[in-house]
Amino acid sequence: MLRLENLVKTYRTGDQALKGVHLEVPQGQVLALIGPSGAGKSTLIRCINRLVEPSSGKVWLGETELTTLRSGALRRERRRMGMIFQEYALVERLTVMENVLSGRLGYVGFWRSFIRRYPQSDMDEAFRLLDRVGLLDMADKRADELSGGQRQRVGICRALIQDPALLLVDEPTASLDPKTSRQIMRLICELCRERGLAAIINIHDVALAQMFVQRVIGLRTGEIAFDGSPEGLTADVLTRIYGEEDWHATIEKVEEDEAEVPA
Amino acid sequence: MSDELAAVLGKRWRRPPLIRRRWLRWALGVGFLVYFIAAVSSVEVNWSRVYEGLDRGAAFILAFATPDFASRATDIWEGMLESLVMTVAASVVGIAISIPIGLGAARNIAPLPVYLVCRFIVAISRALQEIIVAILLVAIFGFGPLAGFLTLSFATIGFLSKLLAEDIEAMDRSQAEAIKASGARWLQWINYGVQPQVMPRLIGLSMYRVDINFRESAILGLVGAGGIGATLNTAFDRYEYDTAAAILIIIIVIVMALEYLSGIIRARVQ
Repeated sequence: MLRLENLVKTYRTGDQALKGVHLEVPQGQVLALIGPSGAGKSTLIRCINRLVEPSSGKVWLGETELTTLRSGALRRERRRMGMIFQEYALVERLTVMENVLSGRLGYVGFWRSFIRRYPQSDMDEAFRLLDRVGLLDMADKRADELSGGQRQRVGICRALIQDPALLLVDEPTASLDPKTSRQIMRLICELCRERGLAAIINIHDVALAQMFVQRVIGLRTGEIAFDGSPEGLTADVLTRIYGEEDWHATIEKVEEDEAEVPA
Repeated sequence: MSDELAAVLGKRWRRPPLIRRRWLRWALGVGFLVYFIAAVSSVEVNWSRVYEGLDRGAAFILAFATPDFASRATDIWEGMLESLVMTVAASVVGIAISIPIGLGAARNIAPLPVYLVCRFIVAISRALQEIIVAILLVAIFGFGPLAGFLTLSFATIGFLSKLLAEDIEAMDRSQAEAIKASGARWLQWINYGVQPQVMPRLIGLSMYRVDINFRESAILGLVGAGGIGATLNTAFDRYEYDTAAAILIIIIVIVMALEYLSGIIRARVQ
């Protein structure tokens, strides 16, 4: 469904963030992208929807090659890729409803979006999604009145109302407490299953990633250092991705967590 | 304990100075002080002239105790009306033009050629002081409020575009990025990702500019560009300090009212 071929990104400063990444994600697969800060995780997912322009390589979304698209066609393809952000990236001075509806901007004309007269079906879907994440009564609140976990739920609604085939998720739990982090991860993974969405989730918390995803990619200095199931993340592998450290605590914690939270 | 640590223990810590070379630091400090004293002492004061002038100054200030609103009431009324018309018209037109130029002058959303053109317009508008523009425009369009209106519109562009552009440059990128990622068009992106972030500041600056335009309209009359300034100028020429005082009091009251109004509006849009 998504295929990256030899994706390279060199920033103008000369930093090589991605050094020829090959990756294939089948329909409906949720994968976690782990790796140290600066390994290129953020760059990788931003190169897919071209918020960052890749230097070379190809990105196939279904039958469409994204890196050569002109702006109009790129906009249409971006509709198929919902994005969820670190620190939520909600437009703070807009209402929750406006934030959710902004996920439809790729589908409606400027004038309709300007006067906030979206098609009824869009509004109904926005209400349904807000209800699904338990925020229906918050629709008229301003986004900056919400707590972190609530904001990220709105962010999830905004991504899903695009009716995407793929979710690009950048550190969804970076500023959330451990319990909310799990709830958010669980929600994202549940919604992906319900809708058959593929997802790439950048995440720092290795244990959390292991709890929820089917596949883990380890990125190190712009190259894939690990690609396998969450069970394959041994101390050796983590050392290969992150460097030398005592990993046993991290791995043991996962086993406890799994015992405590039945999937 | 490492040698490095042992070397610094027991020593006073001081903030590293901005200019590292001690002699340069002192030279700059002393040099500035000498220049400052020389500069102030070079300004000539003619004390006998000051003594004569004190009477006039006192008459002027005392006139505020007996402001005369009545004897030139029609002139004052017409001048005030002209000033308000100039202020409102120039602010509306100026702000309307400033917004696209402000967008173009923000480096993070405009392509380089657009940015350079818009920055150039801003620079021109800011370089030319209102009075100079007004003198030029009075020469072209003749005496009257048209010249004042154009002057104030032009000045508004430099002020508002620059500050709007700076606010856009300081906005939170991730909010705008999120809107872009949804496949929004450029205008939708501005409307959803940028506008909500800069709106309170835009409204605050616009109110402030209305305030400035009104005050400037009182000055522009001095060079013949219409408004209450013309009436004020006439009053001074005729030594009618009580009429001048009345005009100044009205200006002060209106500026304070605008200030109060803008305070309310800004509190509401935050």
